[in-house]
Amino acid sequence: MTPFSYHKPNSVSEAVNLADACSHFIAGGTNLVDLMKENVVRPKRLIDISGLGLNGIHPTPGGGVLIGARVSNADLAWHPMIEQQYPLLSDAILAGASPQLRNMASTGGNLLQRTRCYYFYDTGTACNKREPGSGCPARTGMNRIHAILGASDACVATHPSDMCVALAALEAVVHVQGPSGERQIPFADFHRLPQDTPERDNQLAFDELVTGIELPPPMFEHHYRYLKIRDRASYAFALVSVAAALSFDGEVIRQGRLALGGVAHKPWRDLAVERMLVGQVPSEALFTRAAQTLLQGAQPLRHNGFKVTLAQRAIVRALDDAACGAADGGARP
Amino acid sequence: MIKSTPVVGTPLDRVEGVAKVTGQARYAGEYPEAGLLHGSVVSSTIARGRVLDIDSTQALRVPGVIAVLDHGHRPHISSYDDDYSDADSAEGSPFRPLFNDRVLYSGQPVALVVAQTLELARYAGSLLKIEYAEEAHQTDLFACQQSHPAPAETPAPRGDFAGQFAGAPVQVDATYLTANEHHNPMEPHASTVHYKADGTLEIHDKTQGTQNCQDYLHKVFGLPKADIRVRAAFVGGAFGSGLRPQYQLPLAVMAALHLKRSVRVTLTRQQMFTFGYRPRTEQRLRLGADANGRLLAIAHDALGQTSRFEDFTEHLVEWSGMLYQCDNVALSYRLASLDVYTPLDMRAPGAGSGMIALECAMDELACAAKIDPLELRRRNFAANNGNEGKPYSSKELLACYQQGAERFGWHERTPQPRSMRNGNQLIGWGMAGGVWEAMQMKASAKARIDAKGHLTVSSATTDIGTGTYTVMTQIAADAAGTRVEDVTFVLGDSSLPTAPLQGGSFTVSSVGSAVRQACQVLRAKVLEHARKMHPQVANTPREQFVFADGYLHADSHRMAMADIVASAPDGEFEVQIEAEPGARRQPFSTATHSAVFVEVHVDEDLGTIKVVRVVSAVAAGRVVNPKTARSQILGGVVWGVGMALHEAALTDHRLGRIVNHNLAEYHIPVNADIEDIDVIFVEEHDEIVNELGSKGVGEIGVVGVAAAVANAVYHATGKRVREFPITLDKVL
Repeated sequence: MTPFSYHKPNSVSEAVNLADACSHFIAGGTNLVDLMKENVVRPKRLIDISGLGLNGIHPTPGGGVLIGARVSNADLAWHPMIEQQYPLLSDAILAGASPQLRNMASTGGNLLQRTRCYYFYDTGTACNKREPGSGCPARTGMNRIHAILGASDACVATHPSDMCVALAALEAVVHVQGPSGERQIPFADFHRLPQDTPERDNQLAFDELVTGIELPPPMFEHHYRYLKIRDRASYAFALVSVAAALSFDGEVIRQGRLALGGVAHKPWRDLAVERMLVGQVPSEALFTRAAQTLLQGAQPLRHNGFKVTLAQRAIVRALDDAACGAADGGARP
Repeated sequence: MIKSTPVVGTPLDRVEGVAKVTGQARYAGEYPEAGLLHGSVVSSTIARGRVLDIDSTQALRVPGVIAVLDHGHRPHISSYDDDYSDADSAEGSPFRPLFNDRVLYSGQPVALVVAQTLELARYAGSLLKIEYAEEAHQTDLFACQQSHPAPAETPAPRGDFAGQFAGAPVQVDATYLTANEHHNPMEPHASTVHYKADGTLEIHDKTQGTQNCQDYLHKVFGLPKADIRVRAAFVGGAFGSGLRPQYQLPLAVMAALHLKRSVRVTLTRQQMFTFGYRPRTEQRLRLGADANGRLLAIAHDALGQTSRFEDFTEHLVEWSGMLYQCDNVALSYRLASLDVYTPLDMRAPGAGSGMIALECAMDELACAAKIDPLELRRRNFAANNGNEGKPYSSKELLACYQQGAERFGWHERTPQPRSMRNGNQLIGWGMAGGVWEAMQMKASAKARIDAKGHLTVSSATTDIGTGTYTVMTQIAADAAGTRVEDVTFVLGDSSLPTAPLQGGSFTVSSVGSAVRQACQVLRAKVLEHARKMHPQVANTPREQFVFADGYLHADSHRMAMADIVASAPDGEFEVQIEAEPGARRQPFSTATHSAVFVEVHVDEDLGTIKVVRVVSAVAAGRVVNPKTARSQILGGVVWGVGMALHEAALTDHRLGRIVNHNLAEYHIPVNADIEDIDVIFVEEHDEIVNELGSKGVGEIGVVGVAAAVANAVYHATGKRVREFPITLDKVL
């Protein structure tokens, strides 16, 4: 661990003014401290945001909800408003990590988790995300857990979060503050694809702090499913995960949302596929067509070809469960 | 009539349990000392080559950094292979840490940074500039073209395998692949070396053999044995990883001797993947049977991986020649040398992997012969060990089959694959047998009783979490006739009476026998003194005395052992004995057995596999403590599930480096993966195996489980996966 200085500001503006290119904000620390111990991330200063409040969950005037960036994953998942109005989000959060980690991990921090690519974590190897320009051993190496969509020559890493997959499907908005003021980033734009700069996971500038997540008014509290497929029953990152959410006019789908985890550098959505669902009556054929369309552009690597089949089947299963309203909490750990 | 109530056979709680759960029990890396220095190991990033230069200028400039040791900067160490050999060495030239510039595998320690704090040491380690001359490497067993016969005593062929197999009406010829697995006990390997004022060393080490480590250090550093005391009072799991002295120990000693100060070295989780492991194997099984499923021919040909410097062997193929009745058997075992570290015994070494191949092949034979897999095994039951030509001292395997099957409800199984389901969950039922040797080694113990009637029994063995403290306390209490509350068992110290490494499931058999004998002799001494001191019992025949709960009863007299001892000239009695395996074992083969039944649910579309229940029926002789023994079997079953579905160290062979070296990506089962495990201890009486009649249960719980899971997956899906672990992509 590289030596660092520690700061604990009392306001958001003080926090963002302390920030520079060598600093990191720290909330729960569940990922950052690991990365520091492994020497993967080497901040010169840590800015502890635990004194900034940002820990409320409040209804918004528009009928949505604003979640403070420091709300713990556990508190968020078990909050009555979230459980009742955004159960997809609760389920996604509870599919991730372990109870101990969820007690520590924050909402804002969850967005900023780093990839679990083996090579990113091992300073004994090259990695463009960790050391830009050093190369990507994963592209031709051990890539069973890597991306099948939206990857680049420079990077085939995936985003590890479960919560973010649900937030993408729910079209959350990220509230951000920097020295020059506040801005709001639609969730779809928050995370990036790797392209030639895989060292950047998202659109945040170094001195911008996530202050909250806003959810639009609930639409999918009856027909939703978070389906996570992993190598063991708990405490493993998704090989493929699917957040599916549907609303209905009678028997016809009014709106469909579909986001995938474990397949790309960011939670993966395909608006064209979602539009395919609108106005249709749920059927296996429809869902299969949607799944096939979403994965048309998939470019599997040597060891992760199975993810294409798996993702297709998972999409069909998740949409089917959502249509049936099968998510009765049975999937909760 | 006074009778003593034996505590052997009762589920006594762990005697050290409270100390452990309240944090009183200290592990090797937890002994404090003012001024203690911390060493951090710097590991190689290449798999083969030479270290050209280690520039430590920047590291040494960091305030608080004391020294950087490497092959060019270190105290003298021996150069002879013999001096690095130990009680569990493989054949060859043992690894010599920081000996020279050669890099033999990726992750090899190439330097040790010593600083005032662990954090500083790790940081300074990241500042070392290491220049390598890299050479071409090979780490892939299946890409390696060369192999050589393993230097193991593989049983000679018997009968005519080739002829009988060729003519067999039912044949199976299948090849199974198993993965590299790392022990990964929760407690990482650590050594705390206290450098004492007189220059002697007192060391707390994570080990399964304190005397093995003492002897190793004596030879490597040329120090008198009397100057080295190695202790391991508590060990947070080891599973074989502590059988050999691991490199953190000589590195910590090197630093302590160099600086004349106390030093601790703790390995990181990543570094827990840089020494011994269960080796990858390729195993071909050929089984020939008659139409009734009776085995006519068995061949088991195995290839295992090893390092370039040592030939690691384990009992990989023997089981195929001893579990079933068969007259035509051919076993072979070869090794491929790779640019990796030497493998190491890992819980149920050899049997863990070898029995996967045999018991999956038996399932394939059952399918081919259209016979129930359990019935097939019954028909091939062997009362004799065909490898040795000797009868088993006891083998209640048929009872394991019967009781396990009954508990599981095996008769309700429909044989056709994919014939049982619940919605989109395919249900599979599979079973397998298990076997492990019941060994006994020479061991010593000392027993002392004081004037308060307190019995202290000691031996240099360790307790790696298996319950040694507890079961030895029970054995001692029974043998001496005292209450368990009046017994203290002391272990984990090289200065105590000689004990073998703790491993192989032979600790109860070996050390337990020594403890029992020492306490019996001690009791006899107390008895003789009582007869001398108390005229009223002087003529009572010895066999009429009864020891119970700390009292000696004879006729109508009742004497406290404490009072008898108090009246002795020294106010105490002490006995030390060495127990050897009994000669009556010679004409027999001795082994534990098991039958494992497993139910899996496999998602038809998504391939996810869930083990929903396991019944393990075990025949292991007399069970000393049903509670700790059951825990051993539970843990073993979890290990087996991991072998079947999860565990694999993934090597990027271009880099020659393990890439999933952390517990987030190296998967073992978590609680959510394990549902119902039912353990049955089958009655088994064995007067031959040892005087306790107890065979040990550390390994048998693992054996057969992975095969039973794989067989259940086949029954569920109709897919025969022969490459382990069976991850979901293989059944999609």
